[in-house]
Amino acid sequence: MRDDLALISRWIPRGARVLDLGCGDGDLLAHLQNDRDVNGYGLEIDQDNIAACFAKGVNVIEQDLDKGLGNFQSDRFDYVVMTQALQAVLRPDSVLDEMLRVGREAIITFPNFGHWRVRSYLGFKGRMPVSSALPYEWYDTPNIHLCTVKDFEAHCRERDIRIIERQVVNRHHRSGTLTRAWPNLFGEIAIYRVTL
Amino acid sequence: MPETIPQDSVGLVQPQTLHVDQPLELECGRVLPSYDLVYETYGTLNANASNAVLICHALSGHHHAAGYHSDDETRPGWWDSCIGPGKPIDTNRFFVVCPNNLGGCHGSSGPGSQNPETGQLWGPDFPMMTVKDWVKSQAQLADALGIHRWAAVVGGSLGGMQALQWSIDFPDRLANAVVIAAAPKLSAQNIAFNEVARQSILTDPHFHGGRYYLHDTYPRQGLILARMVGHITYLSDDAMRMKFGRDLRSGRFHFGFDVEFQVESYLRHQGETFSRNFDANTYLLMTKALDYFDPARECDGTLEKALSGTRCNFLVTSFNSDWRFSPERSREIVNALVQVGRNVSYAEIDTPKGHDAFLLPIPEYRKLFGAYMGRVAEAVSDA
Repeated sequence: MRDDLALISRWIPRGARVLDLGCGDGDLLAHLQNDRDVNGYGLEIDQDNIAACFAKGVNVIEQDLDKGLGNFQSDRFDYVVMTQALQAVLRPDSVLDEMLRVGREAIITFPNFGHWRVRSYLGFKGRMPVSSALPYEWYDTPNIHLCTVKDFEAHCRERDIRIIERQVVNRHHRSGTLTRAWPNLFGEIAIYRVTL
Repeated sequence: MPETIPQDSVGLVQPQTLHVDQPLELECGRVLPSYDLVYETYGTLNANASNAVLICHALSGHHHAAGYHSDDETRPGWWDSCIGPGKPIDTNRFFVVCPNNLGGCHGSSGPGSQNPETGQLWGPDFPMMTVKDWVKSQAQLADALGIHRWAAVVGGSLGGMQALQWSIDFPDRLANAVVIAAAPKLSAQNIAFNEVARQSILTDPHFHGGRYYLHDTYPRQGLILARMVGHITYLSDDAMRMKFGRDLRSGRFHFGFDVEFQVESYLRHQGETFSRNFDANTYLLMTKALDYFDPARECDGTLEKALSGTRCNFLVTSFNSDWRFSPERSREIVNALVQVGRNVSYAEIDTPKGHDAFLLPIPEYRKLFGAYMGRVAEAVSDA
């Protein structure tokens, strides 16, 4: 399993009700289902991924995140998870609001655009950053709303969203002295657990 | 049959008949004292009878879902695209059962069969059937075949409604319900189309109040019209445009009412073929069964409540160009199931083919359906 998913799964208690937005091939939900008895659903639009979820016995619903979560009732879930997709939706702010409406807590991961390598790519090369966390060219990237750790936290303050837990890690999903001291400069992937 | 039977066909198949002497109490209040169910099976039932899949047919369907009846048959069963060795409903792994529903006209007891109490043909006196009644009779068939619990109950359109009803009425007797291109109930528009179809039959001078058998005739024109209007709802606007456009049969206008446009020719052909092979009373009955279907009705109109006693896993599938039972209708089922915490998956297939798509070999559809059924088969062998 992807390292960030392993990190996230530690935050989710046994028997929780989980909604995974952009659940991919269902790895996280399959793990949570088998190991933690979680009642979970994934939302996904890629049909290869949907077939992979079927094969794993993971509940997956074909649904476009950009069309909202209006079909789910408020507080239906304990956790609403979205990994590496916040930057790819049309309105990250509305998605975040919706996550906190249908779930008690939201768990979000995104690539940190404030990382020093990203900054220097743009600053020194004068080109749009391409890295292992952001492997696309400017013209074909699905990442249309990139943000930094500082941006995200400022947004949370503005909307009165409480950050319960934060892990900012490097590309190997490890945190060290540098990522802890200067997360916005040395963190490549930000992982948050938030609530209202 | 084609020159050689394709590798992925179930091959030559033979219908069987189950005679049930136990009376069937129907939703309409009447009782069917005894009845016949004609059905086909494909594949082999395993030792603990856990690999059985029930196929429920749609409005004009029947028990012949796959394979060929004889060497003369040019086309295989109606769902041959999805049932067979290596197909989504893999007969190497599953024992597949497909009955003809009561009220049908392909061998099971229906308006065209004999009323055992009078010795006469039932005709319009055959009791009105509902989806619930069908499910009850299918459970009798399951008992007779020694199947306590289906690995899956599968159906498209009206068949999908039966799969949903199974999950409600016999929650412990199925592990999975596969509900394809269906709806939790018909809309006013759906009922309206059915009513046009019924009126065209009822007002045909050859209908004789449903006793056309006695007059050695049948409401051919009514059936043709009914099928024509039905067929329009099975195809999408795009599908019709691609298939026919405004093409003319002879390349020019004739300024008359004979067939000029290809689409007219196609509809008339569909209607005529259908009218030769289908019974008018059955058509009336089947469309009413569709109209009556509404499991939420006895639960204050809340689908969540109706589904709260279900236990099986669900796969719900729709087709984006289907306007008869649009994806929104399937999502109503999905949302209600999520709300009551059932295991449910949903996929929406991108195709211009409309409602009829559920019968067609569309690669994405087969892949997704196959992936789900593969998991169902694995769970069976684990059991």
